[in-house]
Amino acid sequence: MGLTGLFLISFLVVHAGVNACIWANDGGVLFNKVAHFMGSMIIIRILEVGLFAGIFIHIIQGYVLEFTNRSKRNIGYKINLGNRGSKWYSRSMGLLGTILLLFFIIHWKQFWIPSRFTGVNEVLIDGKEVHNMFNLMQVTFTEPWVVTVYVLACFSLAWHLMHGFQSAFRTIGVHNKRFLVLIQSAGIAFSIIIPLAFAMMPVSMYLGWVK
Amino acid sequence: MEHYSMNLTLKVWKQKNAKAKGSFETFEVNDISSEMSFLEMFDVLNEKLIHEGKDAIAFDHDCREGICGTCSMYINGRPHGPWHGTTTCQLHMRAFKDGDTIVVEPWRAKAFPVIKDLIVDRTSFDKIIQAGGYISVNTGSAVDGNAMPVEKDNADKAFAAAACIGCGACVAACKNSSALLFVAAKVAHLALVPQGAPERKTRVMNMINVMDKEGFGSCTFTTACEAVCPKEISVTNISRLNQEYFLAGLTGDK
Ligand code: SF4
Ligand code: FES
Repeated sequence: MGLTGLFLISFLVVHAGVNACIWANDGGVLFNKVAHFMGSMIIIRILEVGLFAGIFIHIIQGYVLEFTNRSKRNIGYKINLGNRGSKWYSRSMGLLGTILLLFFIIHWKQFWIPSRFTGVNEVLIDGKEVHNMFNLMQVTFTEPWVVTVYVLACFSLAWHLMHGFQSAFRTIGVHNKRFLVLIQSAGIAFSIIIPLAFAMMPVSMYLGWVK
Repeated sequence: MEHYSMNLTLKVWKQKNAKAKGSFETFEVNDISSEMSFLEMFDVLNEKLIHEGKDAIAFDHDCREGICGTCSMYINGRPHGPWHGTTTCQLHMRAFKDGDTIVVEPWRAKAFPVIKDLIVDRTSFDKIIQAGGYISVNTGSAVDGNAMPVEKDNADKAFAAAACIGCGACVAACKNSSALLFVAAKVAHLALVPQGAPERKTRVMNMINVMDKEGFGSCTFTTACEAVCPKEISVTNISRLNQEYFLAGLTGDK
């Protein structure tokens, strides 16, 4: 759980970095270039296979963990410890992860499948035909419900990371006090910055901040 | 602090034996002194019940001074009751006020089946200890205390981990019924001192195996265990255990 989680965390940085290129506000030229580069590099395509393997292992591990753990207590308590012992999001990783999974299905259908299989309108950049992913984003994010779903998914991601980031490091055995303090603060910062950056993308497109 | 007396309503889990289906029963107790311990309050109630020819409420206890770990009650939704770092036997009635209703349940976990009322079977913990919570030494005359130097910092950490009394509150509080804080306390305690070194790798492997076999859940670091542990065992011990487990897995013979 921890290892696959850390691997996925590293991917989030790359994904957010690439997408941040939309804010160059150059009609998507930079973003489409970078997206094309990512799609055409063989090494990145190989990493993509690893990424999907990572996601699926993480999902399967997560559900196995959730359901076996639930089976370890037949009779529940009349009064639960609840927030007196732990944070609600630490106890709700299964739920938050499920929301993210549902979101991914929508997200893949909207972007990943067209870019890899069913095709995206082309645009000419530097004399080369490349997928106009920028335009696909603009079109997709004209729908208010889509923007709402994306923003809600970013909230789930934020809470999922708020627990997952530091928990992953503890799982792999980090027990040094200084590191733990560092990891905890880095975890909070990461859980706010990355989902916020992701959420601002559909919002910026919807409000016409990037053109 | 002023002493006072109180009347209370108790809702207690009653279950005839391991097989029976239990349920909550309501009891009234009057004139309880704020200076009594929680278990003394139960003694008063049980005496009354016995006088009335009724079945007393079964609960575990031994030392009544917070060192044996047998007292185990889930009081108002928290193992060992509302006070931080306190066992049930050390919890005093001044934690409550006149007219309060107190709900008392046994530890709930598949690995801790209820034997009767509030008593659960914690043999699973004994089995984990038998799997590795010891060091092998030849008996004989005691070794000189200074014969084996231990770094002060490690000695302190080992001592803090060794404070675990095996009460099982960590399991009771955990949403996963995980025993990892208990196992981590034992593993960390012995991993931090030279006496534990010879069996370091097999210990962690064997203890974890038995823990899984006994039906405890897996840790997801909600840290509810640390919040309720009467001996304030830190979850940092769990990280240490994980490191021990990885290293033993990579370099051990098992
Ligand atoms: S770690 Fe704490 S709560 Fe768990 S058995 Fe030891 S003393 Fe009890
Ligand atoms: S009776 Fe021994 S710790 Fe409570």
